[in-house]
Amino acid sequence: MLSVKNLWVKFPTNKGLFDAVRGISFSLGRERLGIVGESGSGKSMTGRAILRLIRPPGFIMAEYVKFGEDNLIDLDESKMRSIRGRRISMVMQDPKFSLNPVMTIGAQIIEAYRQHNDVPKRVAYQKAIEMLDAVLIRDTERVLRAYPHEVSGGMGQRIMIAMMLIPNPDILIADEPTSALDVSVQKQVMSILDGLVTRRGMGLILISHDLNLVSQFCDRVLIMYAGRIVEVCDAGALHQARHPYTQGLLNSLPRLTEKTRHLSVLQRDPAWAQPDSVTS
Amino acid sequence: MLNVTKLNVWFGHGRDRVDAVKSVDLTVEKGESFGLVGESGSGKSTILRAITGLAPHWSGAMVIDGSKIVGTSRDRVFFRKVQMVFQDPYASLHPRHTVDQVLSETLYLHGITDIESNILRLLDNVGLTARFRFRYPHQLSGGQRQRVAIARALAGRPDMLLLDEPTSALDVSVQAEILNLLTDLRNERHLTYIMVSHNLAVVAHMCDRVAVMRHGEIVELIKVDQLRLGHAHHPYVKELLESTYG
Repeated sequence: MLSVKNLWVKFPTNKGLFDAVRGISFSLGRERLGIVGESGSGKSMTGRAILRLIRPPGFIMAEYVKFGEDNLIDLDESKMRSIRGRRISMVMQDPKFSLNPVMTIGAQIIEAYRQHNDVPKRVAYQKAIEMLDAVLIRDTERVLRAYPHEVSGGMGQRIMIAMMLIPNPDILIADEPTSALDVSVQKQVMSILDGLVTRRGMGLILISHDLNLVSQFCDRVLIMYAGRIVEVCDAGALHQARHPYTQGLLNSLPRLTEKTRHLSVLQRDPAWAQPDSVTS
Repeated sequence: MLNVTKLNVWFGHGRDRVDAVKSVDLTVEKGESFGLVGESGSGKSTILRAITGLAPHWSGAMVIDGSKIVGTSRDRVFFRKVQMVFQDPYASLHPRHTVDQVLSETLYLHGITDIESNILRLLDNVGLTARFRFRYPHQLSGGQRQRVAIARALAGRPDMLLLDEPTSALDVSVQAEILNLLTDLRNERHLTYIMVSHNLAVVAHMCDRVAVMRHGEIVELIKVDQLRLGHAHHPYVKELLESTYG
């Protein structure tokens, strides 16, 4: 469905060009692909670059980013707009910056729904309630009356997910969609996403720092470090990862089953940033 | 050290009133590390905010070190005893104050006179070298910022730290470093911790006892040793255990 070849994201700085993403290639089918890495690894930039959402002066270079027949790199801005949101949707990291602070949540959902569907307000309101139900929000009527600052971060994120799925996109790029949520809700939200991907035949790119989450909910995982893909593995086999970076990340997690005084700390090796990306 | 009885905290009024904390009782012994776990909106952070006077409406009784806390204003004596570390070190540090300004102002407010040597000592305590002293928050990584926030909390030599999700904004490798730092500081200074987290594994790593909260109430109070063995009674706690084990 989506195929990326030699993608770079660059930012000019006063010390020359900074490469946030350095020549990565991967493809996505009707599957759940995880991109894992720490902050600054380029994982979020990769997600944004697919939709050409890199703000100038930053820019993107690639041999191609093929989506069906189109090469997203060459499309003009108006065609790109018809793809963003409608065919490839994105759920961003922080609901605080994605929701309009001066509109009630209900008004925002209704507006978004009526953008894509020509229905009266009353119908859209019913739809909004259904959608909030689908992302497991209790107390839907109060939430619809509330302003974004009046709901918790977790609830805000579920509202965002509900809104992004309205137009029924082919691909959903979810950038840390559940990192503001608690484990129990995280699982529920991920199962909702999971259900949609399988039922509608969507492709999902799940960008996350959470190795456990990704290994549970994806088919394949790309591990990024310093703008490159250092390892690709089957999500189920993440715990047998070979790369010392992946292993180090896994080892630094506290475990409920083990009692230790100190956690193991990742020792970074500058050599990890050197080799070319692994392709998948 | 801390005794909380029948604590209620609420926000808003009328049909939009939310009871964030409902009749919570808890006791934290001196030198103990106590965990509060629960989903967002369960009231765990609100308890910390009520203790420090950041929750506008509350009822019940809170006693710290034998002295009763009233209303929402806290005196200097209180802040010499209790300090808080917040979740997002970017939001809790003034963007236009250098590390030096943050720490010297805090030391001054605590009435500490030898500011110069204390700043260097505080930086050293949290594993930062003197070269970080004149940097602004945006010149620091998330982990370094959280170290500064911890240094600020330690400035008045408190007995108790309230840790509100201190590592949930950080990468796991940095989280490991900060948790190790907090473990060492507690051992060296015999600090009492109350740590709030949504991450059961993190709380289990740091604490001796854990209160699991849901909808503003404590549903179970459990020793971490029991938790490790999977000996939870409440169905919600069992569910949490399951999701953590994966």
